[in-house]
Amino acid sequence: MRRTLLVTSLLLATQAGADTPVLTVYAGDYFTSEWGPGPKIEAGFEQTCNCELQFATGDLLPRLLLEGERTKADVVIGLTSDVTAKARATGLFAPHGQDNGALTLPIEWTDNTFLPFNYGHTAFIYNETTMDAPPASFDALLEMSDDVKLVIQDPRTSISGLALVLWVQAVYGEKAADVWTKLAPKILTVTKDWSASYGMFTDGEVDMVLSYTTSPAYHMFAEEDFTKKAAIFPEGHYFMVETVGKIAQTDQPELADAFMAYVLSQDFQQMIPTANWSLPSALPKDQWPEGWAQLALPEKVLFYSEEEAASLQAEAIETWRSALSQ
Amino acid sequence: MAQRAQPVIGTTGIVAGGFVVVAVLLSFLGIGLRAEVGRGIGPAEWAAIRFTVVQALLSALISVLCAIPLARALARRRFIGRGFLITLLGAPFILPVIVAVLGLLTVFGRSGWANAALGYFGVPPLSIYGLHGVVLAHVFFNLPLATRLLLQGWQSIPAERFRLAAQLNLPPRMIRRTLEYPLLVQIVPGAAALVFVICLTSFAVALTLGGGPRATTIELAIYQAFRFDFDLARAALLSLIQLFLAGGAALIALWIIPNFPLGAGLDRTLQRWDARSGLQQVLDAIVIALGSAFLLLPLLAIVLAGLQGLPEMPAVVWKTAGNSLGVAVLSILTLLIIALPMAGWISTRRAGGAEAIGLIGLSASPLMIGTGWFILINPIADPVPLALPVTALINAMMALPFALRILVPPMRDTLVTFDRLSRSLGLRGWSAWRWLVLPRLRAQIGFAAGLTGALSVGDLGVIALFADPDRATLPLQMYRLMGAYRTEAAAGAALLLLAMALGLFWLCDKGGRWRAEA
Amino acid sequence: MLKLEDVVMSQGNFALKADFSVEPGRKTAVIGPSGAGKSTLLGAIGGFLPLRGGKLWWQKRNITHAAPGERPIAMLFQDNNLFPHLSIARNIGLGIRPDLKLSASDQDRIGKALERVGLREMVDRKPGELSGGQQSRAALARVLVQNRPVILLDEPFAALGPALRHEMLDLVHDLSNETGATLLMVTHDPQDVRRIADDVIFVEGGRAEAPQPAAALLENPPPALRAYLG
Repeated sequence: MRRTLLVTSLLLATQAGADTPVLTVYAGDYFTSEWGPGPKIEAGFEQTCNCELQFATGDLLPRLLLEGERTKADVVIGLTSDVTAKARATGLFAPHGQDNGALTLPIEWTDNTFLPFNYGHTAFIYNETTMDAPPASFDALLEMSDDVKLVIQDPRTSISGLALVLWVQAVYGEKAADVWTKLAPKILTVTKDWSASYGMFTDGEVDMVLSYTTSPAYHMFAEEDFTKKAAIFPEGHYFMVETVGKIAQTDQPELADAFMAYVLSQDFQQMIPTANWSLPSALPKDQWPEGWAQLALPEKVLFYSEEEAASLQAEAIETWRSALSQ
Repeated sequence: MAQRAQPVIGTTGIVAGGFVVVAVLLSFLGIGLRAEVGRGIGPAEWAAIRFTVVQALLSALISVLCAIPLARALARRRFIGRGFLITLLGAPFILPVIVAVLGLLTVFGRSGWANAALGYFGVPPLSIYGLHGVVLAHVFFNLPLATRLLLQGWQSIPAERFRLAAQLNLPPRMIRRTLEYPLLVQIVPGAAALVFVICLTSFAVALTLGGGPRATTIELAIYQAFRFDFDLARAALLSLIQLFLAGGAALIALWIIPNFPLGAGLDRTLQRWDARSGLQQVLDAIVIALGSAFLLLPLLAIVLAGLQGLPEMPAVVWKTAGNSLGVAVLSILTLLIIALPMAGWISTRRAGGAEAIGLIGLSASPLMIGTGWFILINPIADPVPLALPVTALINAMMALPFALRILVPPMRDTLVTFDRLSRSLGLRGWSAWRWLVLPRLRAQIGFAAGLTGALSVGDLGVIALFADPDRATLPLQMYRLMGAYRTEAAAGAALLLLAMALGLFWLCDKGGRWRAEA
Repeated sequence: MLKLEDVVMSQGNFALKADFSVEPGRKTAVIGPSGAGKSTLLGAIGGFLPLRGGKLWWQKRNITHAAPGERPIAMLFQDNNLFPHLSIARNIGLGIRPDLKLSASDQDRIGKALERVGLREMVDRKPGELSGGQQSRAALARVLVQNRPVILLDEPFAALGPALRHEMLDLVHDLSNETGATLLMVTHDPQDVRRIADDVIFVEGGRAEAPQPAAALLENPPPALRAYLG
């Protein structure tokens, strides 16, 4: 009896699959949880496409590299700027086909393969109730007492960690090693990923955490907690972006194109801030959700192009590693 | 010519053992198919290898050194709740690492309870990060194991010897020399070796408590090579190094590792006539109090934080808990299917070297095994629906060496004791399993199953690599919550994870001993 | 007829030779000094010790290489004659079918055997709940259902007190009379020999002698046996 039920439901499922076309979207792991942007994107897109959007989550780039030509993805969402070079090298991606002119990023975007859908900047976050004198510049951060403790992420396992290393490189160049030597005693620990770091910050274990300029927004708009602030430095902040790419060999090219267009739509862009806790890539500031325009954002934005980052990062990471291994 | 008698329980264990070897070899083959020559092993990797060995040595040494006074105090004191305390002190060993780290941070972190207490007395704060943090965490996990092994040894000293010592009025120094030192010499090397091997392959602890790149373990280096550089060749090379390092150490240690203590039987206290002086009593009390505080306060911290977080927990957490439970049950079944025939095979052999096969699964990097299989499965079938079964299989292989340690000695014992009776009745093959081995080893099977279930439930494992939204496990969900700023809900999930690990263990262990005969 | 043809048994440095036959239905005691090889002899006949040389026959069948369970033999050892984790009924059932797939008539046989040894009430008990004498009776009940033409007893009652032991021997005596089984039993008590044995096999000096009538032998023992009996 139970077996018949199972068989019937399997049959029904295949039939449903045969009727409506399915767009398979690979996404980062956090994406599809009920508090992530996935469910809203799915609902929004399915309203317009007469199709079914299915997310598959996991470690994006390793999975794509392992699957190669056999990938079932039609679209990949959530590729960060540190992995786009490797993703491009797979040859799996097609031009995104959208107008980069619609973007409202603080930098100029010329890539025709990977289309940004949100952005943010690296920043150190602090709690203003426990920190009397937050540093007003990167230089001031370096000169702080060693009693002030930071937690950062490993550049070899985390995109934000890598962004920090490039940030230091962009601000200090040749002097990066000295900067790390100065920071070392203040760094309480280095975690594998951002979440472990941020958890330590909210638990009060550290004074500052390497995170994003948009992190305070979560506390402000989801928790009505206005004590968490990003320290804004005049030296500039490193730009971080997440992109969408279209798989060239997709068996649903029209749907994939429709999805790329949907990414730039107002509907999609307006849900990004509160669903992804980051800044929309193609939405003028005056259309941001209420309160978001007041978020403290840097005037100066630093960014290495894919090629520059690729040529710099091995050495920058080694500088970081040897300075922190002393 | 005298024929060799066929073992009554058959030789299917060779097949099971072969399966484990082939499973690991295949995964390396899979990686070999895709690996390109990368940059090889550099100074960072050598540092990782060095660090791995150093922290494992220190962890083993300190775990055993702390276990000696604790086991000794527990062995010679009776107090209300002693049996319960001994059971509870075993909990850290089966605690999921990611949960335990949270608890350890709450107690020993920069703003933790321990530093708050020290600050009250004007002592500057201690830092948990770095080598000593990793060692502290490893001692937390393995002190219970070492204590159990020693306690078992202490309780194996016949009461008559203590009676004789009391009758001769031997001073404490002489009791130590005549009764306790010989015992320690027998057990300490094996216990230390076992902890050393466990710490050699442990991974998650170093992630948070390492403090920085100087505290990188081999397993972390494998993860970096894989995740960041996608350098499969280096990842495979590193996991081979880890395999040989841990496997080699384990092989040597196998000869001296003591038998694994069952949960039962340790609540028995020997009548002791020595150590009656007030000073000794006070010292023992202090040792027990310190040991309990060290092992139980982090548990308390998890429970307290979790209770606050429980109401914040979204419903999806329960669904992932169901997935984790499914993986755990599947792991237990897989383990038993592999471990029982293997134990049968090993226990009918005179040389114990075959048990080393069991260590392969633990020593090889689970990330590498999972990746290798992904590469192999991908051209044939969709690997994603297989994510949970593969995770279950890998978890089972991780638990295999422990299961063999638990199962082999009593199985050998049973087969020797009832060899002639079984053979004279023609009891062999499946009937021998059904009517002799399985019922005689119920308690051990339950214990091994409980251990596997607990370890499996808390393992993040390879699932993170290719989990579908619907197939997330509870540890993965916990990470997702943390990644979405939901620290409180994550604490609730951690408590759920703790409850599931301990509950699964308790259920299997009790189930094995329920109405079991002596 | 159980026939040992130029049989050589060895365990370590110790070797034992035997060349004799035991007539069907005879009850034979195996006596001799400690370490002379009484248990070795029974172990070899039972199939637990491979022969170094010679052949073993039951009637016209060569059983030299048969597995213990495939020989026409039921055997009781000094200890571990019952599985402590199985009920008495199952312990006895194993004598009928090792996979315990028992038919109604098998169950019936178990009940009758238990009745015969006076343990009817104990059918669902575990061995640990029985007294030593009751455990011996249960083991004998299994020998009964095994229904083999040869029974070997390697001092299974050694741990019992004299009265209980005599009771068991009487039971063995009756059972083997009822089934017509050939009985070989190790003992070192001449009283036991007188009690039930027709013949005696004397084991000493690396040889197991051919069986001789018990009464005559005990009346007029040869020097070696006289030295042993004291």
